[in-house]
Parts: sequence; C-alpha cells; structure tokens
Amino acid sequence: MKLTVWTYEGPPHVGAMRVATGMKGLHYVLHAPQGDTYADLLFTMIERRDHRPPVTYTTFQARDLGSDTAGLFRTACQDAYDRFKPEAIIVGASCTAELIQDDPGGLAETMGLPVPVIALELPSYQRKENFGADETFFQIVRALAKPMDRTERVTCNILGGTALGFRHRDDIAEITNLLYELGIEVNVTAPMGATPTDITRMGQAHFNVLLYPETGETAARHLERTCGQPYTKIVPIGTAATRAFIEEIRGLSGSTAPIDDHGLRQTWWTRSVDSIYLTGKRVFIFGDATHAMAMAHVARDEMGFEVAGLGCYNREFARPMRALAKEFGLEPLITDDYLEVERAIEAAQPEMIMGTQMERHIGKRLGIPCAVISAPVHVQDFPARYSPVMGFEGANVLFDTLVHPLVMGLEEHLLHMFREDFEFNDAAGPSHHGGHAPKPSEQAQTPVSEPESLTAPASGEVVWLHDAERELKKIPFFVRGKARRNTETFAADQGLAEISVDTLYEAKAHYAR
Amino acid sequence: MTEHLSPPTAGCRSTPVLKERGQREVFCGLTGIIWLHRKMQDAFFLVVGSRTCAHLLQSAAGVMIFAEPRFATAILEESDLAGLNDAHAELDRTVSELLARRPDIRQLFLVGSCPSEVIKLDLGRAAERLTVEHAPRVRVLNYSGSGIETTFTQGEDACLASMVPVLPETQARELLVVGALPDVVEDQMLGLLDAMGVGPVRLLPARHIDNTTAVGPNTQFALVQPFLGDTHAALVRRGATHIAAPFPFGDEGTTAWLSAVAHAFGVSDETFARVTEAPRQRARRAIAQASETLNGKSVFFFPDSQLEIPLARFLARECGMQPVEVGSPYIHDALHGPDLDLLPAGPTISEGQDVDKQLDRCMAARPDLTVCGLGLANPLEAQGLSTKWAIELVFTPVHFYEQAGDLASLFARSIKRRAILEAAE
Repeated sequence: MKLTVWTYEGPPHVGAMRVATGMKGLHYVLHAPQGDTYADLLFTMIERRDHRPPVTYTTFQARDLGSDTAGLFRTACQDAYDRFKPEAIIVGASCTAELIQDDPGGLAETMGLPVPVIALELPSYQRKENFGADETFFQIVRALAKPMDRTERVTCNILGGTALGFRHRDDIAEITNLLYELGIEVNVTAPMGATPTDITRMGQAHFNVLLYPETGETAARHLERTCGQPYTKIVPIGTAATRAFIEEIRGLSGSTAPIDDHGLRQTWWTRSVDSIYLTGKRVFIFGDATHAMAMAHVARDEMGFEVAGLGCYNREFARPMRALAKEFGLEPLITDDYLEVERAIEAAQPEMIMGTQMERHIGKRLGIPCAVISAPVHVQDFPARYSPVMGFEGANVLFDTLVHPLVMGLEEHLLHMFREDFEFNDAAGPSHHGGHAPKPSEQAQTPVSEPESLTAPASGEVVWLHDAERELKKIPFFVRGKARRNTETFAADQGLAEISVDTLYEAKAHYAR
Repeated sequence: MTEHLSPPTAGCRSTPVLKERGQREVFCGLTGIIWLHRKMQDAFFLVVGSRTCAHLLQSAAGVMIFAEPRFATAILEESDLAGLNDAHAELDRTVSELLARRPDIRQLFLVGSCPSEVIKLDLGRAAERLTVEHAPRVRVLNYSGSGIETTFTQGEDACLASMVPVLPETQARELLVVGALPDVVEDQMLGLLDAMGVGPVRLLPARHIDNTTAVGPNTQFALVQPFLGDTHAALVRRGATHIAAPFPFGDEGTTAWLSAVAHAFGVSDETFARVTEAPRQRARRAIAQASETLNGKSVFFFPDSQLEIPLARFLARECGMQPVEVGSPYIHDALHGPDLDLLPAGPTISEGQDVDKQLDRCMAARPDLTVCGLGLANPLEAQGLSTKWAIELVFTPVHFYEQAGDLASLFARSIKRRAILEAAE
C-alpha cells in the first residue's frame, strides 16, 4: 500500500479515455463500477468539451456482483453499438472490473459486432494514465493500420496528441503549419482528431512526427517496424529544438523549402537588454519527462537561467531523464510523490519553479513564483487563446510564460535599494502578484533584541550569528534563498561553525560572477 | 401555523415511480469525504482503494486538496492483491505512519472502496484491531464509500451510520439533528431552536469527537438531509424516534421542519410564531426577488444527491417552476414521503438511471433548466439547454430561512446568464 494525497497521473483507463475522447467515430465500452463516470468531468469541465466523452460504462453495483456482470457488459456493449454506431470499439476494464475477471475483450469478440473490437489490457495496479494512453493508441494502430503504398506527395502522420493533453490542440496546429511550409502534407493526425478509418490509412505516410513520446511512442515504433516509417526523435519545444526538428524533417523528407521565421520574436526578446537581469536565475523544473527535458534546454540555453533542479513523475522516461540531468550536472528527481518534490524544491531554493499544477501550489506555499509547463493542469491551462508551446510561436508563448511570474528588472533594483519602503517591499511580493505574496519568513518576525542563541541554524551545523541573519534579511526575497545557501556552502567548505556578516560578504565575493 | 402547508389536491406520493437500470452517471460515496473532513475537525479519512479512488478525490476536490486535507488514499498495489494477510499488515503500517504524522487526529475512518469491497478486505475487523491498538487516543471506524454500494451523498449516510453504534447511551429527552450542515447554517438552526426553548440539541456529526452527542430511547431525531436512510435505521435501532418532516429548504420547508420539531417538543403556537415570523418574512422577500426569473419555467432533475425531491418541491411551490422529471438515485418513503406529499402532481418521478434514455427524454422536453452533474452540464449547454450543476447544492449553504433567497438564486443564475449573453448577440 502506498499512502497518497495527490497523484500526478490517473489510472490507466483514464489514459484510454484520453485517446477515445481525442478521436472521432470510436467508442469505449468500459467495465467499471458506478462512480467511475467521474472521469467524464475531466473532459467536460477541464477541457470544456461540448459533448460527452464517447465512453459507455457498465456501472455495475453490489447487487450485480453475485449475478451476471458479464451479461451486463454484453448488454452495455450492444446498446453502445446500437446507439452510437461507431466505426470501431475499444473495450476494457477499470481497476475494480479487473478484479472480477470478466474478460471484456473475450466477451466482446464473441458478440459478432460488425465493427472492429479492440481489447485493452491495462494493469491498473501497476501502471498509470500515460501508459494507458500509449498502450491504447498502440493497440488501435496495431489492429487497424496496415502497410500500404506511399502517397505520391511526401506526407507524414502526427502522433501522440490526445484529449486532456497540455496544449496539444495548439501544438498540433503549429506543427501542421510548419510541415505545410516545408511542403509536407499531414496524412493523419492521431489519436487527436482521427477516426478509426483514418487510422487504417496511416501506412501511406512517408514518416511519422512524434510530438508526445509519452502517449505515442509505442505506436511510432510499431509503425516503424510494420510500415517502415521512421519517426522524429526531436520534440520541437524551444527555438533551437524547433530548428533541429526542421533539419530532422528535411532529412526525412528531402524538403528544402525555406522557413519563414519572421514571427519568431523570442530570440530578440531574450537578447534585448531588458532581459539581462534574467541571467543566472535559478529555476527548478519538474513535469512529464518530455516537457521537463525540453524546458531544461530552453531555460539554460535560450533564457540564460541556471537549472537548479530537474525531474519527472513518469518513471517510463527515467533513463533519458537521468542522462540529461547528468549533462546538466544534476541529480535527477524521479518520483510521483509530491511531498518529495516539495522537499527537493525547498532544498534547492530556486528563484522560479517550472512545473505542473502541483508545483504551482508548492510555489505558492514557499513563496516562489511558478510557471506551468506540463500536465497535470487545471482549467486555466486550457486557454481560449492560441497558445502552443511547440514551434516558433510556442517559443514566443514560452518566453512570455517564463518571464511573467518574475519581478521586473527595475522593480528588482528598487527592492534592493529601498528594502524598507512600506508598500513596496519583500513581504508585498512582486507588485503584479498581489494575491500571491510569499509568506513572510520566520526570521522576519524575530524581534531585533533576541539573544544570538535564538538565531536558528538553517541547515547542517553552521550557525548564523544574529547580525549576519539581519544582514541576510536586507537581501530581497527572490535572491535570499540563493544567498543563504551559498553562504552556508561556503562556510561549510571553509570549515566555519558560525556565519558572521563577514562570512556573508566573503561568500558573496566568492560566488561573484 | 401550518395553514399554508396544506398539500396540493394531488401530491406525488402515490405517483408510480419510473424505475430504471442502466448506465448511471453519478459520483460514488467517496465524494462525501470532501465536505465531511471539513465538518469533523479531528477526523481523518483514509480510503483503502486504487489510484482511481485517489484520482476521483483529487478531481472532485479541485485545489482544496492543498489546504492541509485530512484525507488520503492507501493505494492498493499488485503485491497487496496477492495475499490478504499481507494487506492487513500493510494497512497497520500505513495507519501508524499516518497517525505519527498527524497526532491531532482523534477519529480515523477507514473508507472502503470498490476494489477493497471486491477483494473482501475486512476493514471492519481492521478498524476494531486498530482501535484497540491506538486507544484511547484515536477511535478507528469503518464504512464503505464504494460506488458499487453508495451514490454520492450516501457516503455521508454510511459514515454517520458507522458512528451511531459507538455513540454513548443516554436516557435524556434530547433533540438530535442529523446531517452535516455548513457551520453558519448550523448556528442559525441552533439559534431558532434555542429561541423556541427546544433543547438540549445534539448534532451528528459533531465538530469534535469530545462533544456530547449521545443517543437512547428518549432521543428524538430530525434529519436535515434527505440522504440519511441507513443512519435513520441505525438510530431507530438504538431506540430513538424519528420526527418526520419535509426538508428545510425555502420558507415552507424550513417552517414545516421547525414546526414538526416544535410539535414534538411541545412548543406553543405563539412561541413558534414569535420566533419564526421575522425570518420567514425575510425568506419570502428574498425568494420573491430571485424567483422572478424562475416563475413559469420548467425544470428537469437528473439523479445525483437525493436532494432532488425536496428541491423540486421548493422550486414548484415557492418559485413557480414546473418540474418535468424529478430523478433521484434512491427514494425512501419514510424520508422523502413528506416532500412528495407537497410536490404537486405532474412530473415524472424516476429512481435509478439509464443515462442515455434519460438524456433522450430531457432533449425531447427541452426544459428551461436542467439540474445535472458536471459530466453532463457542458454537453447540454452546448445543445442550448440551461443547466445548474448539482454538486454545488451540496457544497453551498442552502438550508433554512436565511439561505432561501440564495437557494433560489442558484437556480436563477443559469437562466439569467443565458438571457444576458443572448441579448447581447
């Protein structure tokens, strides 16, 4: 048993729902108890879909258990077919139905429905949402896509977009446009927007563009094996990655068409003097592996931040995450326990967090600004406006997203100079974040006349002397964490047991850049 | 004092109920934890279930989960399913870990889920064992919030029913008010009862375990929520007497509820009138304002919380609405009867659900307002229907006089909004 308050991913059948809801003409018959229909509201509320997810639940109850839950499943399956007349049906069990062992796949196959019935085996007690989406998409592709003659023109499929995906809607639009500019037509975009009939003609594309490895990689590998379609390995998040992606596409397609990047403002924005104060800002990055890894490059190489922490919650991608973290000189954090993430953030004392909805809350609690870069997300991160994170427009969107939570350059200077200004100070927080002011530090409440013994050591055995602690408070909140950490590291390195004002400035000089 | 409460010439109590079975679009009883853990301030709810259960609580609780929630899920893993002995040892370990982290917890509820019920994990026995282990500091109880056994608000019923057998015994003649209410509403209710001289009044659930809620043969209890069937039965088993009444929604409902209690406790008509006159006037004025929008409009209830029948009664009688269909997940004659008596004949009364067929009926009727869950609301709005999402009625203060206007406004708001947006087009 694992004690869990908050979970980054839902159960695997929610992943299957994300595929089914992203597609059209497909219906999911889910053997599940009454109550599991709660998952519908993720789609109707968070993603604001204007139709019910194409899912029929058997919603069995206790009184059904002794009798014929298998019969209930058959009836639900038949009713779903009669009512919705889908082109294909996927069937599976949720965690409880997995325990009663009715075998939805076997039951549905014997019904002789006139459309393909695809059985899903989703181990609910081992795997999670992303696996569910990836496996479901793979099973659909495996059942329906067959090798075919290539299209006359160069075409590709776009793989991995699902319902409830973070910015999938606009990423797909952005990349589709980019491909058209390169003279490449999109054959099928799947699962998002595709019908089962579309899936059957995926084999005619020349190659595949894999946008979201979490939800499309198994299908991409399968298509590579069976249809001889290579797939892209670069995820086009950030300017450099987008350019590398374009080169990868040129290699796969032979396209030499020029790319019009006059709409790309991020590169100039990051070079303009206004952005100089961003240099070396310490950021902590956590999310799904694909977004976290891509954003690590954006943060370091394009924004000029220092990546102070990096991790992901999906263990499936632990290996590439470890490799990248090593390249960044970091120990990666691979966990789905948000308390562990909170502890790591506290220890790293970053100036900004780039994370999920959970990290936004952690940031709020610790008084650290946060930008959301990955699922899971709440309703506000399914925006009405066009906001991709991929391609050139995505780079523009990311620049704005990453700069917005920070205090502005002049504000930063003024906070350094006039620390005791009564309405423009630490405790007030960034002026545009009235409701999100960082909590006042405990030290701030310590009366000035306290004896020295009460200044608490922040970590280890190094003790802050009272004057040093007071001096530290004169540093604005957004760099105080870094100063505290640096000073303590410096003191420990020097074998000092106490930190005085001098030690603080020695350390400042030592770390000066 | 009851002149205006004369039932309509024909109520709905004898209306044949349309009983349906099929796909049910409802929450399971685990959802009750979301408000119960705020009400009982020394209680912790530990769901023994799967990742689905944890995901449900997280989705339903939204952002509140970070406000130091006193609930969590012990997620069953593959190894727990292999052997049940292992599961009990695991549970003991998890509980000890939890209680060490939260020493302020006095009552721990082990909440059963579909997976734990299906593998027949004996949480009752585990609760007894853990109670002994952690006595006297912590009391461990058990109930099921599983979807296979409970629908939405029935989770509260199962929780309260699990507390009844361990309530202290009393011989005193007391009023026990049963059902979790928002604190502000609870205080208003206590104020009214106190002014009438009814007392002592005990509450189930109480805000803290140390409170003096007890039960015995002279206890008379009144329900403030219509979904407390099992708790009702458990209290009757302890010898307590139920005061049957319509539920305290709107001016009429509140008056009828108070009147039933007043009658049981021998309050004079004069006292009753003196205490209720002013708040009744206020409630009527507030309702009159809000119900301008609602008058003459039709309303369709999908089943959700068992609040549907008393709410339909309020909307029909006090706001001038015309119920088309009133769906309820379950109908208890002893609990819902008094409200069915007052609900004017006309609407289809349905119990259970086959959601596709019910949607067909709803689309055919094209009601002015549809009360439904969040999985249906946006799809129906997109079809041009105004909806009121039902879960809000459980989370918002809506009972008794001072909330009567708010209650009507909750329904009026959807219709008003559509009118504003359409007028601007």
